[in-house]
Amino acid sequence: MSELVSLTELKNIVAGVCVAVPIGVLGSFLVLRRMSLLGDAISHALLPGIIGAFVLTGTRDPIAMLCGALVIGLVTVGLSSCVKRYARVPEDASLGVVFSVLFALGVVMLSLVPRGLDFDPDCVLFGQLEFLAMDSVQVMGVSMPRAMLSIVPVGVLSLAFVIALYPRLKLVTFDPALAGALGVPVALYSGIMLTLTSATVVTGFQSVGSVLVVALLAAPGATAQLLTDRLSRMLVLSGCFAASSAVIGCVLAIQLNVSNAGMIAVVAGSQFAIAIVFAPRQGLVSRTLARVRLAARIAREDLLATLYRAWELRQGRRSDLPDVSIAGLPSARGSLAAWQLRRASLIENDPASTLALRLTDAGLTEARELVRRHRLWETYLSSNLGLPPDHLHEPSHRLEHFAVPDVVPARDEAGRATDPHGREIPAPRA
Amino acid sequence: MNELVRFITMQDGPNRTVAIGVGALGVACGMVGCFALLRRRALLGDAVAHASLPGICLAFMLIGERNLPLLLVGALVMGVVGASVIGLLHRATRVKDDALIAIVIGSFFGLGVVLLSVIQRGPSGNQAGIQGFIYGKAASMVRADAITISVVACVLVAMLFALFKELRLVTFDSDFARGLGRPVRALDGLILAIICVCTVIGLPAVGLLMVVALLIVPAATARCWTESLGTMVVLAGIIGGVTAIVGAGLSAVLPAAAGAGGSTWPTGPMIVLSAGSVFVVSALIAPRRGVIAGLVRHHRAKRQILARVRAERVGAGAGAGPGGAA
Repeated sequence: MSELVSLTELKNIVAGVCVAVPIGVLGSFLVLRRMSLLGDAISHALLPGIIGAFVLTGTRDPIAMLCGALVIGLVTVGLSSCVKRYARVPEDASLGVVFSVLFALGVVMLSLVPRGLDFDPDCVLFGQLEFLAMDSVQVMGVSMPRAMLSIVPVGVLSLAFVIALYPRLKLVTFDPALAGALGVPVALYSGIMLTLTSATVVTGFQSVGSVLVVALLAAPGATAQLLTDRLSRMLVLSGCFAASSAVIGCVLAIQLNVSNAGMIAVVAGSQFAIAIVFAPRQGLVSRTLARVRLAARIAREDLLATLYRAWELRQGRRSDLPDVSIAGLPSARGSLAAWQLRRASLIENDPASTLALRLTDAGLTEARELVRRHRLWETYLSSNLGLPPDHLHEPSHRLEHFAVPDVVPARDEAGRATDPHGREIPAPRA
Repeated sequence: MNELVRFITMQDGPNRTVAIGVGALGVACGMVGCFALLRRRALLGDAVAHASLPGICLAFMLIGERNLPLLLVGALVMGVVGASVIGLLHRATRVKDDALIAIVIGSFFGLGVVLLSVIQRGPSGNQAGIQGFIYGKAASMVRADAITISVVACVLVAMLFALFKELRLVTFDSDFARGLGRPVRALDGLILAIICVCTVIGLPAVGLLMVVALLIVPAATARCWTESLGTMVVLAGIIGGVTAIVGAGLSAVLPAAAGAGGSTWPTGPMIVLSAGSVFVVSALIAPRRGVIAGLVRHHRAKRQILARVRAERVGAGAGAGPGGAA
């Protein structure tokens, strides 16, 4: 370990993790409520708040900065909802108007701050985790970065808030209307959540920077959302991803001798990129695979059903189809389907001609089930939705690949079940 | 005051360059911003701007000097990458576009910061040329820069006018446009491309952190005053151009800041603040969509309803009124 990072750097990494975890967890709620851009807005708009507090008090007192941040966070939220409501500008634009103007105000204030005071604009924007440990204090005999004095309490408070009020927060996040009807003070909870978010952001700006905080607010939550459908798991995962981006980002930055905060944001983004490609259910790979598999199954089923219909037409004689193109499938997909069916020995090549296909006994059973589904769907669409006969085939052709509706098909006098076109509905599998 | 007038009327050589440059930029951004605003793409410009930082850094590392056009090409490439990542992933996954925009802003900008720290300790050793892209440095604009910006701005504005009908259709009813057989995807891509180009040419003047304001603030201001897209676009262009020139003028002529540091008023933020103040005034006093008009309307409606309810109550009391039919 000592080869990888020095003690000072280790302290910085610990500080980074302490900053990142609460931001990631609170950010999950923003992601779920589609308010990530509010996080973006607050983190940009914090600049004038921080500088205002700094100029008024003349120190980097964390309490003063927290107050400044709090005020500006509420001002951002209030102003943008005001702009949206009265000027009727779309929500994203109203946020953009408010935060970009506030940010501009901050930059102007920044250029007016007398040089004598120790305030580094780059530090506000990009964060300087590297220098955090330079300003250390002794707490219970342990030397730690002074910033930890504000980072740890705010972080603990945020996590405690989330854990203690978890059931209510869940309700407020997913169904604010129901929560309101049940008497939960929705506005209060949202307000507290946004206040805590502003507070974590402002304690974090020194280490990760006010712009890069945006990455930590959105990326861990969105990454976790790709991996699970449960809020509790999502929160734990987002905390883990935030922590891992802090650790990996810092170690990489130290090894490559580049900006820590920038690297943390890059790692957070890369984790998201990996998740979006490889996530087990939501990832691009698995979604593409699922789509390909579905297309292949549909092609197989279409081919089987076509062969069955041909078999039916010839009244039980097999050896019917010249090749797969008759099933109306694109040739590549059709050939693949034929190959797969042949491997499953549901169809075989006609011994008389190597090109022609026919059903095996097992294939006949499968195909009968498919055609049964098709004709049941036609019956259903005709009797329950009243579609005219010439509109039945197409929708049923799509629906036959999915579950069968629970219908009692019309029976003709001979007691045989037929579909609206008068064709026999094959009996269900024994 | 006199100096400000001299700046705005473009009487001095170097100031004229800056004024023409930011003016052209303001006009183009204001007009393009209307479509961004109405298509709910307002913050895409912010994502493009932040995503351009790594592009600028990479271009700088490759060519090793501050060559504005090449750096802007780098910015454009990464900006387009950022915007396409948002567009493609939004369509292909269940991640919401706000989270995607925030992630692209944060992680691309983070990559830029990492590259900046590489440049800082590299052989060329100075990132002064790039710092200007972050906060904007309109005052350092030279003639060639102003000409480049003006030409690009003119092309963009010409494109907007040429395709105005199609863009209007896509903006308000893209399904109908598709039904008419218009190439909606291509037009959408074109709007996106114009937003990217506009953002990128704005970078040197106002900086990547604030360029989004040039796009949306004039458009939002114009939206307060009109319901017609044509009027809105023209108005936003005028507001964008005038506030850009006034802002740049203020930053040039205001006495070196009160602070002991003697630093100057930064141009980009001054432009944003002057646009912002026009927006605040408009949002307050605009005749139909303004805050004051809204409050008056609300008050009047309340009074009318109260009067009607009172009249009905009197009628019901007399036992003759239909009652309850409000």
